[in-house]
Amino acid sequence: MSLGDSSTELGKVRGLGSAREGGEHWISERVSSLALLLLGVWLIASLLFLPALDYATVREWLRSPLGAVPMALFVITSFYHGLDGMKVVVDDYVHEPGNNFALNTLLLFVAVGGASFALFALAKIAFGG
Amino acid sequence: MAEQRERPLSPHLGIWRWGPGMAASIFHRISGGALTVAGLAALTWWLLALAKGADAYGDFLAIAKTWVGVVVLIGLTWAFFQHLFSGIRHLVMDTGQNFDLRPNNAFALLTFVGSVVVTAALWFYLLGAAK
Repeated sequence: MSLGDSSTELGKVRGLGSAREGGEHWISERVSSLALLLLGVWLIASLLFLPALDYATVREWLRSPLGAVPMALFVITSFYHGLDGMKVVVDDYVHEPGNNFALNTLLLFVAVGGASFALFALAKIAFGG
Repeated sequence: MAEQRERPLSPHLGIWRWGPGMAASIFHRISGGALTVAGLAALTWWLLALAKGADAYGDFLAIAKTWVGVVVLIGLTWAFFQHLFSGIRHLVMDTGQNFDLRPNNAFALLTFVGSVVVTAALWFYLLGAAK
């Protein structure tokens, strides 16, 4: 049993579990949770310690490297972790293979699309005029 | 692949007796879903408004400051801290710790106490500072 492959040998042979796979997914969800522990506390603390939440102050913060870079990491990691978590919920409740695939694919598209819009907005703030 | 038999699939909310452990587990899932759907939508909306300009950001702030906006933001703050604390509990349990009944129940209860106290403190500060 190594990192990223946490199924037991017996479990692999039998193809157990509601999703028949998922060792890597399980590890990935936990690694991203550790990143979000740091980034989430950073985001809340930053919003609290900003002198104000008006347009000029927030933009100035997100134009600086120490604002823009952790925010980009937060956007990527939170969409990634949210997608990981929603997949667990879908796999738990939607058992019919076609519906399961359709819903997981829809979630993937929405997550990648949402993250792309958020990153575009952040890039425009950081690099725009 | 081996022959597939009908297996019990999780989770069976209907047959569980309510207790701190299962409550922390199900609220972990509910808060995670709320953060993913409403939280990430709000984050993206906020960033897009900031990128668009002062007027769009002003509209965002005006909506955020309505009572519905404040209730949603307080709810998301609570979901964030509940998910954070019960997430820490899950990480501890992933290492094989905290499985004795009394400490396990105590940790589960602490996640709720912690999330409510931190959310209340944060919003008392925010609403106080806004005046």
